[in-house]
Amino acid sequence: MTDTPSTGQRAELARPHAAPEKRGTPDDRPGTPAAGPAPRATPPGLAGADALLGTDTTRFRHDYLEVRGLRVEFDGFVAVRDVDLTVTQGDLRFLIGPNGAGKTTLIDAVTGLVRATGSAAFGGSELLGRTTHRIARAGVGRTFQTASVFEELTVLQNLDIAAGARRRPLTLLRRRTTTPPAVEQALETVGLTAQRDLPAGVLAHGQKQWLEIGMLLVQDAHLLLLDEPVAGMTQAEREETGQLLRRIGSQRVVVVVEHDMEFLRSFADSVTVMHQGRVLAEGTVAEVQNDPAVVEVYLGTPAEPAGDVPAGTVPAGTVPADAAPADAAPADAATREGEPR
Amino acid sequence: MDIIAQLFAGLSLGSVLLLAALGLSLTFGQMGVINMAHGEFMMAGAYTAFVVQGVVGDAGVSLLLALPLGFVVGGLLGLLLEATLIHRMYRRPLDTLLVTWGVALVLQQVARDVFGAPNVDVRAPAWLSGAVEIGGLALPRTRLFILALAAVCVVALALALRATPLGRRIRAVVQNRDLAEASGISSRATDRVTFFIGSGLAGIAGVALTLLGSIGPTLGTNYIVDAFLVVVAGGIGQIKGTVIAATALGLMQAFLEYSTTASVAKVLVFVAIVAFLQLRPQGLVSVRTRSLA
Ligand SMILES: Nc1ncnc2c1ncn2[C@@H]1O[C@H](COP(=O)(O)OP(=O)(O)OP(=O)(O)O)[C@@H](O)[C@H]1O
Ligand SMILES: [Mg+2]
Repeated sequence: MTDTPSTGQRAELARPHAAPEKRGTPDDRPGTPAAGPAPRATPPGLAGADALLGTDTTRFRHDYLEVRGLRVEFDGFVAVRDVDLTVTQGDLRFLIGPNGAGKTTLIDAVTGLVRATGSAAFGGSELLGRTTHRIARAGVGRTFQTASVFEELTVLQNLDIAAGARRRPLTLLRRRTTTPPAVEQALETVGLTAQRDLPAGVLAHGQKQWLEIGMLLVQDAHLLLLDEPVAGMTQAEREETGQLLRRIGSQRVVVVVEHDMEFLRSFADSVTVMHQGRVLAEGTVAEVQNDPAVVEVYLGTPAEPAGDVPAGTVPAGTVPADAAPADAAPADAATREGEPR
Repeated sequence: MDIIAQLFAGLSLGSVLLLAALGLSLTFGQMGVINMAHGEFMMAGAYTAFVVQGVVGDAGVSLLLALPLGFVVGGLLGLLLEATLIHRMYRRPLDTLLVTWGVALVLQQVARDVFGAPNVDVRAPAWLSGAVEIGGLALPRTRLFILALAAVCVVALALALRATPLGRRIRAVVQNRDLAEASGISSRATDRVTFFIGSGLAGIAGVALTLLGSIGPTLGTNYIVDAFLVVVAGGIGQIKGTVIAATALGLMQAFLEYSTTASVAKVLVFVAIVAFLQLRPQGLVSVRTRSLA
């Protein structure tokens, strides 16, 4: 009785019809003419995105991320194992899973921050074994789970650093007086033009996350790995960020780690579910939500037939990981000690 | 009158301390490396001035040549030390301390073997001999020159860190190494450049010291502890703090020396620093750095 709402919440992921209904964003709803009021519907901060993104569309048409047999070990504890993952351009991929599933570790492995075995290739060239900054220069950009910017540098300097990573050493002592167009463009895209000369440390949380994305844009990353980019954002900010990610995702390879299910339903093209270091399921939002194994991981109990769930009691936008930690944590600990279960 | 004389003596001492500590504010302050051989890099700078004078002859020209050359010699020694030993122990400050102390002893011995144990003199140029008379007060020109040199070095370093892309990279790597790498910056290369500049500043300090007296293989040991104290008291990783602390310590030492003796003054300054750090462990100006705190 008292736990009815909670049961409802937990079962939410299994709702078969949740995804298709929620997919549309305000401006592609039927009835909204695409041409007319569209610029108005687009938040002002995103206005420059197309110009910035439009630069390289042909050159990188066929980029894709291909991960094969990826494995990461920390002192005997296997955090990621046997992970295969292929993400292509134009397919906005979401990576979900309970706490400790290995999502962040997967990104760390692909960007060279932790040692991994197996293979991770982008645009046909192997990334594993290279240093992080070389991987970055090869067009792979990432954000960190704790919004990470250079707090004591200004917004503009943060972007300058990302833009200038490939500068030759001898030009490094020259003081530049004009802002490169790509940096101006990125400032506008992420809506931080007014804050350009503020230290990044004083930005609001959501603005820091936008700055991170802006840095990836000027860095000219063509594979973007975003670790919980909308965590802590307001609903309106999520909406803006989601639309920005969509635009980016249409021209670059994007992987988004996210716990927020409503955000996922609104913006994901496809979903990969990880659990205890492995890929548990992959497919469209609807497919994944109906996958019994996924439901079991998130609920800790075998899946109930979807029809049994009283749809009316289900609040939207539940974060499944919040419903799961009690179940996920012990499972995690067990793997750590005794290996296969 | 006496007060003004002491004030000048204090500022002059402060500027010497500042020159010795400025490089440390990078290698120790920014990078968190306890480099006990920093004093020997100063010694190397001093002997660079000696050698240059031996080759060039003219004291004025050789001083102006020795300053950039001392920077390069100190910097290269630092680079070598960083690339061979220090970079293996960035997360082990105690090991770094012991190893660099060993290197310091080796460098002293090398200096003894090459230049002999007795002190040697470097002639000051004619335009730095004598004093400037201001209101009956004689201010030695060499002291004024060192004051100006310290000021130039501080301004140049601050500008380099604040206004150039290289400085931005150095600060970025200090603030967040992983993010810097993920943004395409080679943190290893940046470490090396930072260490080069910090050690090069020690070389410049060594050249300046030749103006104040004769130099010997143990020149650096006289300054290393004071230099570390300045950086710690000023607040790790802050040039501003280093400048303030060096000036304050110089003044304190000069005024105490006036009323007691040099060694009592030194003890009192030391006690004052320890007491100050009890009250304010983060130093005058505080900031986060990567391997300390
Ligand atoms: N440096 C490390 N050393 C040891 N274990 C680690 C390390 N980093 C991560 N782990 C472990 O690896 C597992 C996967 O962690 P990871 O951070 O990748 O999970 P996640 O899916 O990102 O979780 P969350 O949703 O909480 O961010 C966890 O059990 C974690 O404790
Ligand atoms: Mg994570």
